[in-house]
Amino acid sequence: MQPQGNFTIVARIRAGATDALRQLLASMNVRPGVVDPANAIVPFTRFPELHFARLVILVDRTADDLRAHGRQPPADPDLLAFLGDCDRSGAQLLDRLAVEAAPGLRRLFAFCEGFDADTDLRAWMQARSLRPAAAYVHYQGRTVVQAAQEAKLRRFLEDWLDANGGRSRSTTELHAAMQEAVAGAVAAGRLELAPLTPMPWSWRLGQTVHFVGGLLVALLSLPVLLLIAPLFLLFLRHREKTDPVVDLPAATDHVAALQTIEDHACTNQFTALGTVKPGWFRGLVLRASLLAVGFAARHVYGRGRLARVSTIHFARWVYLDGGRRLFFASNYDASLDSYMEDFINKVGFGLNLVFSNGIGYPRTRFLVLDGALHEQQFKRFIRRHQLPTEVYYNAHVGRTAVGMDVATAIRRGLEVRRPSPARAAAWLALFH
Amino acid sequence: MTRPEQHDVQALVGHGFSRLKAATYLLLRIADADPAQRWLATLPLTTVAEADARRGLQLALTASGLRALGVGDQLLQGFAAEFLAGMADPGRSRRLGDVDGNAPQGWSWGGNPDDEPHVLLALFARPGDLDDWQRELTTTATQRGLQVLTTLASAELDDREPFGFVDGISQPELDWDGTVRRTGELDPAYHQRIALGEFLLGYPNEYGQYTDRPLVEDPGADLPDTIDPDHAGAKDLGRNGTYLVFRHLAQDVRGFWRFLDRVADGDAARRQHLAELMVGRRLDGRPLAGLPDDFTFAGDPDGRLAPLGSHIRRANPRNGDLPPGNDGWLRRLLATFGFGHRQIRGDLVAASRFHRILRRGRDYGPQLSLPDALAPASAAEPERGLYFIGLNASLARQFEFVQGAWLASGRFDGREHESDPLVGTRDRGDALTAGAEFRFVDGGTRPQRLRDLPRFVQVRGGAYFFLPGIRAARHLLRARAQR
Repeated sequence: MQPQGNFTIVARIRAGATDALRQLLASMNVRPGVVDPANAIVPFTRFPELHFARLVILVDRTADDLRAHGRQPPADPDLLAFLGDCDRSGAQLLDRLAVEAAPGLRRLFAFCEGFDADTDLRAWMQARSLRPAAAYVHYQGRTVVQAAQEAKLRRFLEDWLDANGGRSRSTTELHAAMQEAVAGAVAAGRLELAPLTPMPWSWRLGQTVHFVGGLLVALLSLPVLLLIAPLFLLFLRHREKTDPVVDLPAATDHVAALQTIEDHACTNQFTALGTVKPGWFRGLVLRASLLAVGFAARHVYGRGRLARVSTIHFARWVYLDGGRRLFFASNYDASLDSYMEDFINKVGFGLNLVFSNGIGYPRTRFLVLDGALHEQQFKRFIRRHQLPTEVYYNAHVGRTAVGMDVATAIRRGLEVRRPSPARAAAWLALFH
Repeated sequence: MTRPEQHDVQALVGHGFSRLKAATYLLLRIADADPAQRWLATLPLTTVAEADARRGLQLALTASGLRALGVGDQLLQGFAAEFLAGMADPGRSRRLGDVDGNAPQGWSWGGNPDDEPHVLLALFARPGDLDDWQRELTTTATQRGLQVLTTLASAELDDREPFGFVDGISQPELDWDGTVRRTGELDPAYHQRIALGEFLLGYPNEYGQYTDRPLVEDPGADLPDTIDPDHAGAKDLGRNGTYLVFRHLAQDVRGFWRFLDRVADGDAARRQHLAELMVGRRLDGRPLAGLPDDFTFAGDPDGRLAPLGSHIRRANPRNGDLPPGNDGWLRRLLATFGFGHRQIRGDLVAASRFHRILRRGRDYGPQLSLPDALAPASAAEPERGLYFIGLNASLARQFEFVQGAWLASGRFDGREHESDPLVGTRDRGDALTAGAEFRFVDGGTRPQRLRDLPRFVQVRGGAYFFLPGIRAARHLLRARAQR
């Protein structure tokens, strides 16, 4: 097992260069929505530790919504964002990228401000790296290599059951026979299963310190929080009743552009950008909410789900311009409609907590109630803020997050020595 | 809540005309809008209030039909985006499984702009009464500026679908009296009674809200007043109407039984057992999991009785908003944060109530008995199958969700390489809907799998229609006169 890291590079695009950059990005795709994983600009396949990556042009389509708060929207430059999730720290991956993908990255970043032929690529990327305010990993520790090996193992065992399952045996005999078959295939080099090592001690120590520290801070600030709670609620309710709701349909051509690049495989990308409601109050609530989400993602939900949602592989929330704007990026299974349904029906409270601090969000109550339950308003809000992901790389094409969890459970169950009949039966049910 | 004006609702919403055993669907295109709409406006459409009608006539319009009638852009924009884009839109096809051999380019109607229907006239009658009436209507239609794109005659209504299963058993119960009142609270239980607004526009849906629909700001229009407080004073063109999904699905009955006969090595009992596992019901309609009627799958979490990927489990997982067994406020709270289930796949599919449809379709083609089905096809094999008709207020959240996320998906409920055993597309690779396998359990514990399932259902055509209320139909058919 190995901890996952990520990188987020956000750079200003030179004035007038956005269209040309978009063309270059399009050249990395086989067709819209489907990347050539070995393309010349960023040859993703050379990075076996990379789970997902994307290149997005961040153009704020909803900047004008700020007028609902009686303010003039600033003229923000277009931004290029380069994101990745990997089996090492983001900084380590950038080191490798700066060496092994240098020619392509140089071509790419030449469209950005402050980059020319003499620029130190690594330092330039480092200077434009942003730390997400919160990040979620579906299954902490599972590497790309492990997922691929386990997917193969699952297929191998299914094929074995087809051929050999017919003979009547007890569940434990079947388990033992399957163990033996795998051992044979591994010995013959037909299967590879790298042993699962525990997470490094440094990571575990870091987790513990962060967890205990977080709890301590929460505990210590509890009296103060309780003291200001009534005032906070008063303030919050006032804001919730008076904050303008911007409920506009997403432009037909915008939705069409988004749909063109969706549903080419069972996992999709989602990128959205919006402006935080002006004023200190919403800014503060958002910071606190993302702190809580990040803490929960790191310590509670690292094994197969984010609250009730088990279709998200990786997700992150990133501040832009020192907190004035926020963008969200995720990798999810199935179509956007079913993703939004999961959002609304399973984790509406979590979405409200964070995104109700964004301009135009459907009306909430007490920060977590209603909001996304305004189903159609919420879906319009999502589509309006969503941006087309120009390039999307997925090392797990064809595999869902849950499918990988099943494969991992199959592998772990297989390695159990002499399971009880009940345990063996529960393990076999993973093949149903 | 106001009781729906049943004189204003087309009868198909209330029932499937089961006493009228013959039916024909006329798909028409508008060639000359003026005479066409004048004639269509005179048609006596049957309403829910006419329970004993001896004939049934229903009218529905596609988006291109509305455009051909001269309905203006402003009004059109009030309709659902899915309806305006149409069923054959490429992004939609990837989700619905209308790819490869099922792609719209190969449909016999509806796949291309020039063979898209504008108007659907559905005729229901007693078997002897249909032909003359149909001929008369067709003749008049062609004299009044309409062209017949295709005439789809159904088989005489019985209770078996072409594969041989008793069909049409489980339908959501319409809440005509408005007893279902939703406020956004989670409901851990599964119910057959569903808010009227899920099937009829202009009434509160399962979120307690009003599904988007066209409104008209003209106090003089002969249309229902909206009861939606957010739009008080407006006239509601959607109210008492709904969206109608029409899919023309050819069923390869021989292919189905011959495939099963082969994998069962000719064992008749095994063959039937496999078919029943794929459907999730016995041939006579009894569910494999639980008792008839209001059953759920809560007692069969591992699919030992009805396989997890069986057809009826996909089409309606029959679950509440939370995994089963989470009663009491503490358990509900824990379940809300994701601690209400222990299995990996225990909470993937939830909240069936948002994804229900009313099925009103009928079969076509000659029936094939099981012994006949095992014989090879003759040279002039007649086609048989289903004219699927589904009614729902939200195409995206209801029909498209059920078809895409549950039936066509090759990854439903944590499964892999497995789309619906009956209606799956069987495309390969990493596509959203790829899957030609079927998993089940036999003898309690032993996992089994069928591979290389052929495609049993082929899409021949399809379109999204709007089934308007009576006053809304008249309003739309006057669109040109009013401009």
